[in-house]
Amino acid sequence: MRRASWFNVTSLTLGFAFLYLPMVLLVIYSFNSSKLVTVWAGFSTQWYGELIRNDAFLDAALVTLKVAVASSTLATILGTMAAYVLVRGGRFAGRTLFSGMIYAPLVMPEVITGLSLLLLFIGLGMDRGVLTIVLAHTTFSMCYVSVVVSSRLVSFDRSLEEAALDLGCSPFDAFRLVTLPIIAPAVISGWLLAFTLSLDDLVIASFTTGPSSTTLPIKIWSAVRLGVSPEINALSTIMIGIVTVGVISASLISKRNAVKAQQDMQAAERGAT
Amino acid sequence: MERHGRRLASAMNLRRFFLIAVPYGWLLALFLVPFFIVFKISLSDLALAIPPYTPTMKDGIGQMLSAFDFENFVFLTTDDLYWKAYLSSLQIALISTVLALLVGYPMAYGMARAPEEWRPTLMMLVILPFWTSFLIRVYAWVGILSNEGFLNQFLLWTGVINEPLTIMNTTTAVYIGIVYTYLPFMILPIYAALDRLDESLIEAAEDLGCSRSKAFWLVTVPLSRNGIIAGCFLVFIPALGEFVIPSLLGGSGTLMIGKVLFEEFFNNRDWPVASVVAVILLLILIVPIILFQRNQQRQAESDT
Repeated sequence: MRRASWFNVTSLTLGFAFLYLPMVLLVIYSFNSSKLVTVWAGFSTQWYGELIRNDAFLDAALVTLKVAVASSTLATILGTMAAYVLVRGGRFAGRTLFSGMIYAPLVMPEVITGLSLLLLFIGLGMDRGVLTIVLAHTTFSMCYVSVVVSSRLVSFDRSLEEAALDLGCSPFDAFRLVTLPIIAPAVISGWLLAFTLSLDDLVIASFTTGPSSTTLPIKIWSAVRLGVSPEINALSTIMIGIVTVGVISASLISKRNAVKAQQDMQAAERGAT
Repeated sequence: MERHGRRLASAMNLRRFFLIAVPYGWLLALFLVPFFIVFKISLSDLALAIPPYTPTMKDGIGQMLSAFDFENFVFLTTDDLYWKAYLSSLQIALISTVLALLVGYPMAYGMARAPEEWRPTLMMLVILPFWTSFLIRVYAWVGILSNEGFLNQFLLWTGVINEPLTIMNTTTAVYIGIVYTYLPFMILPIYAALDRLDESLIEAAEDLGCSRSKAFWLVTVPLSRNGIIAGCFLVFIPALGEFVIPSLLGGSGTLMIGKVLFEEFFNNRDWPVASVVAVILLLILIVPIILFQRNQQRQAESDT
């Protein structure tokens, strides 16, 4: 029996209130008509209007999206390769160093990653801009992708791959036709994770960007350093809304797939008997 | 036939080489090499040229080595700003980790004890903030903690206080910010450990005469130890080098090493000193990182 004790209910209620109240307040006060963000003066959507008319935010959003799509796609390819090497690659020279380099960026302070990459780009004489941010983001997010994908690779039955090879598949075909469909959910969530990390990053982007390309977090940062602003509240609300819709629909889709897989399994069992 | 087989084998070897070499080469070039550059610059002198440090590779290896010195490292010990920043970062990270554990453990426990059908939803509620912009989540607290913020308005309205509290730009605000943003990292590993826990063990302890709280401390807590350790490291390690939270919520009232590094680099443009700060921060982090890896390995072994 699970006891729904008052203690558990209270700690969950207070905990989730702590997690969500700040964001709820942010969303509510983005519809405030007053410029003073903490004093309610009536409902208004004027800050959304000002936000849309502000080209600087729109430009920054476009740069951010471009960087996020490019870096998360590259990171997914490299990260999946790295996961495959880690799980299926067997022994090779420098394997310990390789797995160390996969796990280290996950715990590396962003200031160090950013500083070291900037010094590399300057040493190579590269112009800083979209390309350098993409390279930087790809490097740290490929490690997250490879952790997500390798946990899926570890858990799946290797004999399926071997069966495909025995039946005459080339290794590449076996990967494309057998392995990839099985690890696809992990690859997709790896891509989403890399995409979010890239959208979110302020510190590494500040180090690796040039004067011509400003990402949205950098733009938000320079605005919020001056204090609370209603325009940023409106922008935050839009971003929170997109994430909420995305996460809820992703979890509904995966739930539906799980139910469907279960039904398929039951149907297959019925067919077998 | 045999020749064909050998050719196939060599094609496979080539493919395997390619598969390993591409991610390996990428990480070497963009992760390992940059560290050596940081290390190298930490040993060179500040010059007023751009890039603002004396290049040490141009005049041959011998001269490069003779130009290397630990001057910058010595400089760090002469100015007490730096060691104070390291100490206060350690202290802030440690206290925040303990606070996050105190908030996170009851939540994880409550989740593991919740009815089966609620758990996926509760899980999603914990993960959702993680997908939301970090910067925005920290920014949300500016409006709450400032002198005219929601918290002060609320407390003044209820009559608990007569004068607004100063929380913004103090260490307290940094604690709140770190606990808030890293709470999911604390909850998830503890929840995973508690979820796996065999409940009959607790029942057995109670049958054998343990009170409920005694069973909790003697059975539940030790069995969730790995989750607690993992959660603590996942909060402590990133908190130590944190930049956004102390800059936005801590203001000039808090000293943290991530902030010092950032300012040394962008405001003072002193690259060698910024590099030394980075190298020492890395040395401090190596111990918790190794302990964390060991804990993860032990956990992986006990699972199989």
